[in-house]
Amino acid sequence: MKLPLYLDYSATTPVDPRVAKLMCDCLTQEGNFGNPASRSHLYGWQAEEAVENARRQVADLINADPREIVWTSGATESDNLAIKGVAHFYHKKGKHIITSKVEHKAVLDTCRQLEREGFEVTYLDPDSDGLITPAMVQDAMREDTVLVSLMHVNNEIGVVTDIAAIGEITRAAKVLFHVDAAQSAGKIAIDLEAMKVDLMSFSAHKIYGPKGVGALYVRRKPRVRLEAQMHGGGHERGMRSGTLATHQIVGMGAAFAIAQEEMQAENARIVSLRERLWDGVKDMEEVYMNGSHDQRVSGNANISFNFVEGESLLMSLRELAVSSGSACTSASLEPSYVLRALGMSDELAHSSIRFSIGRFTTAEDIDQAIEQVRKAVTKLRELSPLWDMYKDGVDLDSVQWTAH
Amino acid sequence: MAYSEQVIDHYENPRNVGKMDEKDAQVGTGMVGAPACGDVMRLQIKVDDQGVIEDAKFKTYGCGSAIASSSLVTEWMKGMTLDQAGEIKNAAISEELALPPVKIHCSVLAEDAIKAAIDDYKSKQ
Repeated sequence: MKLPLYLDYSATTPVDPRVAKLMCDCLTQEGNFGNPASRSHLYGWQAEEAVENARRQVADLINADPREIVWTSGATESDNLAIKGVAHFYHKKGKHIITSKVEHKAVLDTCRQLEREGFEVTYLDPDSDGLITPAMVQDAMREDTVLVSLMHVNNEIGVVTDIAAIGEITRAAKVLFHVDAAQSAGKIAIDLEAMKVDLMSFSAHKIYGPKGVGALYVRRKPRVRLEAQMHGGGHERGMRSGTLATHQIVGMGAAFAIAQEEMQAENARIVSLRERLWDGVKDMEEVYMNGSHDQRVSGNANISFNFVEGESLLMSLRELAVSSGSACTSASLEPSYVLRALGMSDELAHSSIRFSIGRFTTAEDIDQAIEQVRKAVTKLRELSPLWDMYKDGVDLDSVQWTAH
Repeated sequence: MAYSEQVIDHYENPRNVGKMDEKDAQVGTGMVGAPACGDVMRLQIKVDDQGVIEDAKFKTYGCGSAIASSSLVTEWMKGMTLDQAGEIKNAAISEELALPPVKIHCSVLAEDAIKAAIDDYKSKQ
């Protein structure tokens, strides 16, 4: 069976073969299998050296001090540790948190949990481009605000938040600023010497590292304190206990080092592929790129094909591995909460497909995707009563629908 | 999600796709669902002097199961009397297409569309 063409790099990426090789060297008896916390013998020392080398590789990509990196199991855990850790440590200072409606569930659900514990959360609405602006953050600030948590790049629509400008506002107000950078690390330059970000979440598997490992950047100057969420042996300076997974960590370090080396050239190539895709479909009627086109990460193209329902489009695109902005596939009839938050109509939100392009995508892949998309959209529009009505000049908003 | 063979068959080769003249007194049109819910079905029947459905057409905006449900009922309805068509139940549709529980609403929508088309035809007589 021919495998579908992978265009879902925002969901996860394959491990780079160069990374996989280094990971394999940390597993078996001949390899670097020791416990990095073992202080009494060579096995432990070697493992510790590998872990600290990886810590430096991660820190280098974001211009941070290695001592500011805490290993976790992934960006979800990093988000939990950052948000709950800060809220619990600083609760006497204030109980107000600011985030946005387009955050990842790892942030939204964590904030919901804090609301149950008595915190107050403001969920900012993005503008129609999907952006949260510094002014929106400024306006939402209160005396008792302790934390602002925003994503750097949105996982669905790929838009980029101006975290440098927002950091200026939070720092001036002495409010901590957490950024989920799972979708941006290795794709957008991050300089934490310059940016006034206090906490930042990372994942390895979005940038050609392994699943199951991530990191949280915790600023040292000015110092950020956290209440640990995972208790045990006091690893990671007490912030996150648990034996370090040497092979995973080595993989994450190697992936970050490769990203640092190749990011610039890779971005240029990926942007050109994304534009090739967009140029190949945009001349069809009623096709829209969702989210800001300019302030956007290189590999993301979230496109709505109006009057075609997303799940049936996915069914036609069986030879492409892409994802739908419509959550219909997950048994709910609600379209994506991110697209809804942009103020998009339900039918447009239901009609969206996220294409995400990455390291191993070729121009031939994109041409094949264009051909299949055009064929599927044309076929489904011929089946669509909404397309008929649009063609007949009927305003769909004027129709009395029988919602079910 | 895996689709049943029957759904895939109707989805890939939909039967009776099309549109009839809504103003024709012999034609009944049922449009159900809403874009907001991700499903809109338009089902049309053409009824002869004996009250038998001589033709049926559909167009559907929705998932593969919604398209298959409406395609299937157009096949079933042809040659039925209005009373017989009015007896088609969603359970029969979901059984024929082996719809999973999360897609049962598609068969309900198809049943609603049949009823709406019949009502529209009767209101014109």
